[in-house]
Amino acid sequence: MMEYTLLIVVIPLLMFLLLASCGRGMRGQLAGWLGSLGMSAAALLSYTAAWHYFTGVGKGEESYQQILACSVEWLRFTDKLHIDLGILLDPISVMMLVVITTVSLMVHIYSLGYMKGEKGFQRYYAFLSLFSFSMLGLVVAPNIFQMYIFWELVGVSSYLLIGFYYTKPAAVAASKKAFIVTRFADLGFLAGILLLSYYTGTFDFAALTAGEGALVAGSMAGVSFMGLSAASWAMALIFMGGAGKSAMFPLHIWLPDAMEGPTPVSALIHAATMVVAGVYLVARLFPVYFFVTPGVLQLIAYLGAFTALFAAVVAITQTDIKRVLAFSTISQIAYMMVALGVSGYSGHEGLGYMATMFHLFTHAFFKALLFLGAGSVIHAVHSNEMSCMGGLRHFLPVTHITFLIACLAIAGIPPFSGFFSKDEILAAAFHHDQFLFFLLWVIAGLTAFYMFRLYYRIFRGEERPYEHTPHESPVSMLVPLGILALLSCVTGFIPFGKFVSSDGSMLVIHPEGMIALAGVVAALAGIGCARFLYRKANDRPAQIATRLHGVYTAAYHKFYLDQVWLFITKKIIFRCIATPVAWFDKHVIDASFDGLGRGTVKLAGAIKGLQSGKVQFYAFVFIVSTLLLTLWAFFY
Amino acid sequence: MIPMEHYLIVSSVMFFVGIFGFITRKNLLAVLISIELILNSVEINFSVFNRYLYPEHLEGMFFSLFGIAISAAETAVAIAIIINIYRIRENIDIRHIDKMKN
Repeated sequence: MMEYTLLIVVIPLLMFLLLASCGRGMRGQLAGWLGSLGMSAAALLSYTAAWHYFTGVGKGEESYQQILACSVEWLRFTDKLHIDLGILLDPISVMMLVVITTVSLMVHIYSLGYMKGEKGFQRYYAFLSLFSFSMLGLVVAPNIFQMYIFWELVGVSSYLLIGFYYTKPAAVAASKKAFIVTRFADLGFLAGILLLSYYTGTFDFAALTAGEGALVAGSMAGVSFMGLSAASWAMALIFMGGAGKSAMFPLHIWLPDAMEGPTPVSALIHAATMVVAGVYLVARLFPVYFFVTPGVLQLIAYLGAFTALFAAVVAITQTDIKRVLAFSTISQIAYMMVALGVSGYSGHEGLGYMATMFHLFTHAFFKALLFLGAGSVIHAVHSNEMSCMGGLRHFLPVTHITFLIACLAIAGIPPFSGFFSKDEILAAAFHHDQFLFFLLWVIAGLTAFYMFRLYYRIFRGEERPYEHTPHESPVSMLVPLGILALLSCVTGFIPFGKFVSSDGSMLVIHPEGMIALAGVVAALAGIGCARFLYRKANDRPAQIATRLHGVYTAAYHKFYLDQVWLFITKKIIFRCIATPVAWFDKHVIDASFDGLGRGTVKLAGAIKGLQSGKVQFYAFVFIVSTLLLTLWAFFY
Repeated sequence: MIPMEHYLIVSSVMFFVGIFGFITRKNLLAVLISIELILNSVEINFSVFNRYLYPEHLEGMFFSLFGIAISAAETAVAIAIIINIYRIRENIDIRHIDKMKN
């Protein structure tokens, strides 16, 4: 009854095919308008679907049900094990459809102004459509294998978009890094999928999560490897894939570099949609994690908390505004992971789950807004460095206001959306693990601090001697900013528990006074510190940096993790594994085939003299051979 | 009646003379004549075996007639080719004819 949801996925695909095949011939901004038009159609359909689902079709007696809107068998191995492609609608996938199409539409419109006149404008829109298609296909996947297929497609389109400025060596390096790191993580994902399906004999999410993950628990019981149960291995490996895409420590290294791509791309892929795929994956398999492998869930919680803290500390020291936002994204996604890790299942126990999805929802809008705002600033001053900015609020009034709203939202100041979702996360952590709550509380303060450091250094403070007066961006860029700012203001008031919860039931969520107060205090403290240090140019930040010299330098260099990875890959993996393998390939496999080729050439050289064209010689050979054969037949 | 072996000896001699000529002669016409010798020796064999083994049948005889007809046709074609080769190259030495293309 909701077959039309297929169109949401197919329209961007068709748009991609259209733009990729005949985009080159399109004049001016036609490609951009077409892409935006297709995306608005998809967005409208998503809103309709959400309306239908949440008000009628999906509503069961007391909880939401899953609807398989369409399904085709794509690849059949055995009667039990087959890969289907289809569309699964449940509260989280419908919510993701809305988020993705909305942010994607905003980015499409924004790019009309931002990418105007760029070389490869059509290519850019083709890739955007490809990305939207893959991401939408990912979230509606009814089985883990379809998710994996689209997961990789998302990775490819991310690679293409990061490397959009392919003449810039930094962009090429960044795109390769992003692809290789996430691909490495996906290796774990694939291994996890195979392990899981080997024992359970199915890829289907519904079958895997049904009855408290009974299928997984039952089929994998008693199997263990290196002291860990097979189920734990499978789920941990699957999480590894999610950690790669969602930039969890230590696989986060690709995300800051991914900022080499065009800014709207960062807003769409590396802030709002693709990077939350890992969170979405864990949420999809949440019953399995919670009931079958609680240890892995614990690991997710602590790894998330560590990543969130780590990224927040690094974000404080960065000077490239997009990198600050990148680390902020890492931190916020890790925040969501923590909330999943501390969540229970069913009813109010599942607060963390709902909080994760809520934060994912609100974060997508205000983080996209932050990135698009940053893009507008970069558009005005032609630099990413904070040191080139300052006092921009007079030049960019609209950008200033929307950026401020986004900062307030991410800092968690009521009534902006971030406050509500962050409050739920803090509450969930508080009831589960006080230590994690404390960590998250500190991170909330740090978040407010680095966001307002960014804000004060860009929009307040001294005006720089700009080469030419910064000018406000065109309308096509301001409209998305305005819409997203509006969304950042109002999405917090959505009674989210009514729509999304761990077991599909409808929750009524009340903010808890004390926790909300604690969160706001942390945020205000962070903002206060930022105001104290960065409102006017002074030497206090420099003094603090000098006093904390070691820590500051380490944080500025992202705790040298890039170097650690380089050491591991170049010095250990390349030298100890790759070089011998290359030697074997060159001197054994290649050499044997070369030898085969050379041998054939030599043999041919030896016998080609026989074909001389001398008829009498042929006849002679023929007759002698016949005689010999006759003799042979005669004697034996 | 002449014994069968005599016929066979004659035909064998003809056959090997033909083979020898085919391999050693340099002149294309001589090579062609050698081929005729080989064919004729075979036809003698057909007739002889037919006459001595199945005197009431005539298949061997007819086969010989076919062979004669075919060798006549073949000779006509071969002569035509040889004439053409002579027109192009002005000699018919088989040692120089070792390429399909000129």
